[in-house]
Amino acid sequence: MNVVYFAWVRERIGLPKEKLSTNAKTVMELVEELRAREERYAVAFSDLSALRVALDQELSDFDASLNGVTEVAFFPPMTGG
Amino acid sequence: MRIQVQDAAFDLGAETERFAKAQDAAGAVVTFTGIVRNNADGTLKCMRIEHYPGMTEKALQKIADQAQERWDLTDLLIIHRHGDMVPGEMIMMVATASKHRLHAFEAAEYLMDYLKSRAPFWKKEMTADGAEWVAAKDSDEDALSRW
Repeated sequence: MNVVYFAWVRERIGLPKEKLSTNAKTVMELVEELRAREERYAVAFSDLSALRVALDQELSDFDASLNGVTEVAFFPPMTGG
Repeated sequence: MRIQVQDAAFDLGAETERFAKAQDAAGAVVTFTGIVRNNADGTLKCMRIEHYPGMTEKALQKIADQAQERWDLTDLLIIHRHGDMVPGEMIMMVATASKHRLHAFEAAEYLMDYLKSRAPFWKKEMTADGAEWVAAKDSDEDALSRW
């Protein structure tokens, strides 16, 4: 599974993307796995209300299933326009 | 309908004229342009806009499709830049065309409200003191509830 990060999430974790093998069934389970990996992940994922998630480039939510998903993206609320 | 995501600057006048001249069924064209605003102290050196290639185009397409479904538009245009821009530089534009002005005005507002918080762009302000990500405003999210 490809996991990509944008804006300050990318800066805090220190990389724009990575390939992970995971057994996580939901976004939340993936977040828990990442948090447990290293301090920088725990910091980036400390406040989920400050984060958004996209599954295969569609906005989603943290309860969503990862079944069939190939790309997960984490980023702060968007500031377009 | 044309949607463009690009690093390069665009010519607002030329784009608006080309868009307006291409219409034959419309009686109204509305355009909106977003420019880089300086900070309160006037010390902004550069605005850096990051985006999510792939998702950006899909998200803009979805927003544009929704606008076309909702209003009687003969055409619409979205240009949104990414990369580094200085204060006063144009970040993005939307143009909408319809038979009568109300649809064009409303659709342009709708596009802007959704572009603000549903298109994957992130702004970072660079000053001599450092760089800071622009936080999303609650009012931007609230703006969606009126639609």
